[in-house]
Amino acid sequence: MSDKLSQSADKVLDHFTLFRQPEYKAMFEKKKAEFEYGHSDEEVARVSEWTKTEEYKEKNFAREAVVINPTKACQPIGAMFAAQGFEGTLPLVHGSQGCVAYYRTHLTRHFKEPNSAVSSSMTEDAAVFGGLNNMIDGLANAYSLYKPKMIAVLTTCMAEVIGDDLQGFIANAKKKESVPEDFPVPFAHTPAFVGSHIVGYDNMIKGVLSYFWGTSENFDTPKNETINLIPGFDGFAVGNNRELKKIADQFGIKLQILSDVSDNFDTPMDGEYRMYDGGTKIEDVKAAVHSKATISMQEYNTTQSLQFIKEKGQEVAKFNYPMGVTATDELVVKLAELSGKAVPDSLRLERGRLVDAIADSHTHLHGKRFAVYGDPDFCIGMTRFLLELGAEPVHILSTSGSKKWEKQVQKVLDGSPFGKSGKAYGGKDLWHLRSLIFTDKVDYIIGNSYGKYLERDTKTPLIRLTYPIFDRHHHHRYPTWGYQGALNVLVRILDRIFEDIDANTNTVGQTDYSFDLVR
Amino acid sequence: MSLSENTPVDVKSVINDVLEAYPEKSRKRRAKHLNVLEAEAKDCGVKSNIKSIPGVMTIRGCAYAGSKGVVWGPIKDMIHISHGPVGCGYYSWSGRRNYYIGDTGIDSWGTMHFTSDFQEKDIVFGGDKKLHKVIEEINDLFPLVNGISIQSECPIGLIGDDIEAVARAKSAEIGKPVIPVRCEGFRGVSQSLGHHIANDVIRDWVFDKTEPKAGFVSTPYDVTIIGDYNIGGDAWSSRILLEEIGLRVIAQWSGDGTLAELENTPKAKVNLIHCYRSMNYIARHMEEKYNIPWMEYNFFGPSQIAESLRKIAALFDDSIKEKAEAVIARYQPMVDAVIAKYRPRLEGKKVMIYVGGLRPRHVADAYHDLGMEIIGTGYEFAHNDDYQRTAHYVKEGTLIYDDVTAFELEKFVEALRPDLVASGIKEKYVFQKMGLPFRQMHSWDYSGPYHGYDGFAIFARDMDLAINNPVWGVMKAPF
Repeated sequence: MSDKLSQSADKVLDHFTLFRQPEYKAMFEKKKAEFEYGHSDEEVARVSEWTKTEEYKEKNFAREAVVINPTKACQPIGAMFAAQGFEGTLPLVHGSQGCVAYYRTHLTRHFKEPNSAVSSSMTEDAAVFGGLNNMIDGLANAYSLYKPKMIAVLTTCMAEVIGDDLQGFIANAKKKESVPEDFPVPFAHTPAFVGSHIVGYDNMIKGVLSYFWGTSENFDTPKNETINLIPGFDGFAVGNNRELKKIADQFGIKLQILSDVSDNFDTPMDGEYRMYDGGTKIEDVKAAVHSKATISMQEYNTTQSLQFIKEKGQEVAKFNYPMGVTATDELVVKLAELSGKAVPDSLRLERGRLVDAIADSHTHLHGKRFAVYGDPDFCIGMTRFLLELGAEPVHILSTSGSKKWEKQVQKVLDGSPFGKSGKAYGGKDLWHLRSLIFTDKVDYIIGNSYGKYLERDTKTPLIRLTYPIFDRHHHHRYPTWGYQGALNVLVRILDRIFEDIDANTNTVGQTDYSFDLVR
Repeated sequence: MSLSENTPVDVKSVINDVLEAYPEKSRKRRAKHLNVLEAEAKDCGVKSNIKSIPGVMTIRGCAYAGSKGVVWGPIKDMIHISHGPVGCGYYSWSGRRNYYIGDTGIDSWGTMHFTSDFQEKDIVFGGDKKLHKVIEEINDLFPLVNGISIQSECPIGLIGDDIEAVARAKSAEIGKPVIPVRCEGFRGVSQSLGHHIANDVIRDWVFDKTEPKAGFVSTPYDVTIIGDYNIGGDAWSSRILLEEIGLRVIAQWSGDGTLAELENTPKAKVNLIHCYRSMNYIARHMEEKYNIPWMEYNFFGPSQIAESLRKIAALFDDSIKEKAEAVIARYQPMVDAVIAKYRPRLEGKKVMIYVGGLRPRHVADAYHDLGMEIIGTGYEFAHNDDYQRTAHYVKEGTLIYDDVTAFELEKFVEALRPDLVASGIKEKYVFQKMGLPFRQMHSWDYSGPYHGYDGFAIFARDMDLAINNPVWGVMKAPF
């Protein structure tokens, strides 16, 4: 024990450096050698190498039961996200209470914002007798304390397994005067064992629309010039929804976003905590039944909702997280077509500037190989943009992806010579992707924060472009949609590429010849 | 809602005002959980470990979080299956910063998420068959795994699956412990029952079914660290002190821990327990069954660290006592320098704390060491014995809130105007929006460690950087 301490008041060492000091290193060695009874370093190294092989990949892909590091969450968080995009809306999650703590935490860690939702806190007795009393008390308490304009009810798997009936429970609670008879309480059954967060999103949007628009087919609703838009579950919603509104403003289109979290998930710090902020106004939700058309930005987030809207006599159009030049063109053209308005010059200019930027940088993108993972729509949008940049999407993976989705991605890949080494993997997870990257290397990974473990294992740089992003700050405040958004995405990809080049050329006297000032 | 001006407050009337907002039935129930600490009180005068009220925005989690997230999850050489639908494991994936050293995916799995990803058919027909397959696949793909735990999510207990039968069968088949945990989220009222269930499962499925490792040689100085989850490295900055005073830490429960360490624990001479709330059960069991005494200690802040080191050393011979004094003396100049640097910047600052089951009392003296004052504290999932232990840490007039609701905490903070709120991620941005410095006290706000002398320096720095950052000064626009 030397007298010199590593820690000091002058230069406080935290976990980054403290544990690399010799006294800690020695302690770790001793713990491992004397107490952990682990496997030998040789054995660990041998197995580690084995997991990188083709043989391991086959074994890994033969998996039928265990899911490891999936790219999906469960329905309720998607439903909660959808509900939080409506004005003054408090989600009430019917079922076990721990779930709500998890959803709030997850969304908060990404958006760096408060996230409000309540639980009906069902426990063992409710599992036996049902959660009716929890609903009655839950609605009454939430209404009194948090003064919402609407409470959107959804379920955890516990309530679904015991078969609680939301419609009946809410009607009962209203009879007991938990909330006024005319107080809006839309709901969605969101079983965690069906689909994923994107299905939950769909269910809640449909739940809210059904509540205000009625449930049956009704084709003769008079229509106006408004165009509705459903963004889908999107970690970049703050930047993206604002960008969409800017685009609509340039057109002079009255755009009605259905579930707009952009203000609620980006409140200012000015001394006042806003529990609710912005969001689609309830009056506007009601009026939106009269809109002439509805656009979905994410097909797989809105399957049932779009069908429902179609039955209301609206024209519907669906996109797959449109990113880049041509996908944005398609959105812009669709807006022009639906509105009967000409594409404004300002958008033409934005487009030209984006193409200019791509031309300026194309040499660094051409032929670069990418793995892409995330939600089904994001993967399609990202794949299209990469193809457009002359990059090669190689592994495209989504745990929520279906066979239909795989075909859809394949079609996109088939449309470009840069797509010929690409393949879509629906229903697979990030442990599968690890095998794919080890056996068929790529230059970069595009995904979310969970990809950092893949980055570490495979030494492949990660670009964080989809939810959740916990370990980088504020990117969600910038759009990825629209020509402006595409420019942001381009810059994010380029920055990572350049950082990677610099990091690999910075050893003086050894690899410094490519450490270029001008690129 | 914005903060009122800082005026002297009648804390009792603040409680009454807050309760006014509730419907009558809930008001009566919540009133029992709120109090102002009285002089010479034996406990805090609040009810605890009671069901949360529906719809009030409790901050609590569930039994699964207590078992998988807290107790079992950090055991690094085992794979913990989140058994049921995909969500629980997804949300708790790598969120808790229980640091460990290992080759992730090869001989350690702490930052990975394994789930049986239940589908509708598993709910309807039962998931036992799938569980068999899950365990086979895990053992096949991760041959160095030393054991597997099954962390039950809500549906498991509702659909009547027999995970114990699966565990027994598979354990025999693969020759490794397979441990079923009935920690369904609807059990109990908070994370706390999950801790208890997880402790009981260690008793029944580790102690009763395995033996300490052959060849393990005991010494008279063998101790364990129980109830330290190594958040930001806490267990390491604690372990180093215990080793320096001449003890041998044979097991860490459960941060950076291994199955072997659990198995060898009955060989300890003393169990040292940091988080009493989550692991007193197993310590009591070992006292009864193996005659191992246990002692609570507190490694937050130099006053408590020195007191704890002396208490621990008193259980051993003079050589340990001497070394303990030497260690305290060795760190004292660093501690003095930390206090000299930070105390003037923090003196008199008022803190409101709301955390889990230990820290609302355990960190109090670390704040006091820096000249700060605790004006409110409360627990998510404490029991009455925690509130009894709290009374001597905080002073008369302190506001006490059990299972506080988001509404109450916001109102209390508005009324009491602390200089710092110390709570969790769900609370963080609410108070920052109000212009209040905030530190997450579950995760150390991505910093740490906070335990031990090395940790205290970091704790002091972090409280300073939160309170004295210039951002609070530019909050109000000049126009």
